[in-house]
Amino acid sequence: MSERVIIFKRFERFWHWAQAALIIVLLTSGFEVHGSYTLLGFERAVTVHTNAAWLLVILVAFTIFWHFTTGEWKQYIPTLKKVDAMIKYYLLGIFTNATHPFRTTVLKKHNPLQRLAYLFMWVMISPMIWLTGLLYLFYDYWQAWGLDQYLVLEELAFLHVVGAFMMLMFLIVHVYLITTGHTVFSHMKAMITGWGEVEQEVEEL
Amino acid sequence: MKLFFSFIFHMHRTSILFFLFAGFVHATSTADHGRFKELQVDFDSGPEVTKACIKCHTEAAKQIHKTKHWNWEFLNPDNKQRVGKRNILNNFCITPKSNFAYCSACHVGYGWKDESFDFTSEENVDCLVCHDTTGDYSKPPGNAGFPKNTVDLSYVAQNVGKTSRDTCGACHFYGGGGNGVKHGDLDDSLVVADRELDVHMDAVGADFTCSTCHKSVEHDVAGSRYVPQATDTEGRHIHKRDYNEENNAHCRACHDNEPHKKADASRLNQHVDKIACQTCHIPRIARGGVATRMTWDWSTAGKLNENGEPLQERVDGNLVYHGKRGSFTYAEDAHPEYIWFNGSVRFHLLDEKIVLNEEGYVPINDFEGSADDGKSRIWPVKVFRGVQPYDPEMGTLVVPHTTGLNEDAYWKTFDWKKAITAGMLSAGQPFSGKVDFIKTQMSWPITHMVAPAENAVGCNECHSKNGRLSTIDGIYIPGRDAVEWLDIAGWGIVLLTLIGVVLHGLGRIISFYWSKRSCPKE
Repeated sequence: MSERVIIFKRFERFWHWAQAALIIVLLTSGFEVHGSYTLLGFERAVTVHTNAAWLLVILVAFTIFWHFTTGEWKQYIPTLKKVDAMIKYYLLGIFTNATHPFRTTVLKKHNPLQRLAYLFMWVMISPMIWLTGLLYLFYDYWQAWGLDQYLVLEELAFLHVVGAFMMLMFLIVHVYLITTGHTVFSHMKAMITGWGEVEQEVEEL
Repeated sequence: MKLFFSFIFHMHRTSILFFLFAGFVHATSTADHGRFKELQVDFDSGPEVTKACIKCHTEAAKQIHKTKHWNWEFLNPDNKQRVGKRNILNNFCITPKSNFAYCSACHVGYGWKDESFDFTSEENVDCLVCHDTTGDYSKPPGNAGFPKNTVDLSYVAQNVGKTSRDTCGACHFYGGGGNGVKHGDLDDSLVVADRELDVHMDAVGADFTCSTCHKSVEHDVAGSRYVPQATDTEGRHIHKRDYNEENNAHCRACHDNEPHKKADASRLNQHVDKIACQTCHIPRIARGGVATRMTWDWSTAGKLNENGEPLQERVDGNLVYHGKRGSFTYAEDAHPEYIWFNGSVRFHLLDEKIVLNEEGYVPINDFEGSADDGKSRIWPVKVFRGVQPYDPEMGTLVVPHTTGLNEDAYWKTFDWKKAITAGMLSAGQPFSGKVDFIKTQMSWPITHMVAPAENAVGCNECHSKNGRLSTIDGIYIPGRDAVEWLDIAGWGIVLLTLIGVVLHGLGRIISFYWSKRSCPKE
């Protein structure tokens, strides 16, 4: 049995879309700062990149708070259960109209592969970008803070760019995978309206 | 009022100059020299005037005797090189050695025509060349530093005053033998500068004179390109008690260590530990409408016209060939070159064997510095490249006796061997008799013609591939530098990801229609 319920709460949707916009702005301006192309001009790209980064810091501060107060952080607890089934589904089943091996519920709204991917983003990609980015922002205090003997700007920038490429790949795959729901737009609709079809909790419990 | 000023200013530059002269020059002094009996006489010569000056200004000549302006000599305290105009060579007119009677037109003295000049003579100090306010005083080349005999010395002496852009500029704007030739940031456009040309010297604005920054103490003028201050970390020190003891001829003497004050200025202030102020704030050299000379090839000199006079050729008003001097090229409103510079300058002196640098030039001066010596800043320089005579057997640069009317002078007989034999004899240096030409280069620090902040060099001009700092090494510049393999790998994987999802999507579309066709009921 499935029913239509609110999967993504209002704050969650706001967070998701604000974060999506900020990440796209950060990637676009960031690769310009990196020298990949000219769009805004270096100076404006730096300003945009810096301001977007601080907005993201504020947003994520609220989001972390939200995750812990609502218990939603549990959505990211990794599991290897059914991961093989998910991989098999994306490689084969999806082409043969097989049934999706995962049933979305309100308590488990991410499939096992999503859990792993989002966890990887939260514990690997984001910290790498954030840590290197913040150090980069405070480059001129390195000497005063005694960091200059441990850090090299070039290496820091290297790691920041590695993170950026990983984030870009995440974005591409993520945008594609939202089309793999029950219908092509069902995931997208859920993230916009909040409403989606889920299995009844009873079954899962 | 401001409108009125700028109206006059735009109508005619010299009219405002006249206005300023009439209004202020005498007003700042407590003495009207025109009323001194000692000066109300017909002077026969420059030294006669000086004798009158030093009756009251008893220490002035003694002070001058200690300066570079008088001795043309400077002992570099750091590398112990004995430099100064008297000792070094350059790749413009090469050297005043053996040519003093000509070159001493820019000496603050009278009578320096050869080695016998008396550097202890007080009356040989030329007060007027710096303190003239009339504009009438002038010293022609070849006259051993004496003024033109048409100058009314009594009139000039009665109208002395503070130094001005005109008096300093009379020599410093014309270095290398013509207006703007040598420096690239000094030419007569600065006499009445507008704000765009020099934000401090703006004649209707801040109206700085040279001595506002190059403040002298006991006639010794601050600021030196033999020991320039490439890095200043002391910060602001004008208005301090010991103001007069400090060298104020650098930006931070007034602007302090965090010169950018606007709200988003911290990032700009962060640049000051790597970049000289001049690098951003002097966007281009020769910005005043006067071209600066960039190359000088002595090897082509000697061509005469049908009347036996030196051939001359001009392009766009600039002398590009002169039979006495060779071929020249110019630049106007052009980007300078950029180097790491820590203030230490080593000169190639006459008795040293020549050594070519990587580009195949003899570096006549070497601006030292690097990204990691902790003392260097990135500086703009004008690099002047030349071709000049040398002694291929001895492996040294040479002193040509160019000026004068005698048979040895190159400008008289166009015979290099004779000219160099006489020049090297005069300099006390050996000469093999063989003459060839060699490429040389010199760097000149760019520090004048400071643009208003809004015209400073933009971020993207350095933070980009092939930007202004493309040759600066030892530093990571965001936007310029990237690890190439990371970019290739990164974009490669991004592309593969894209291809992957596109293929996956296509597969789903195809399989969707395929299954529809094979199982139409579903």
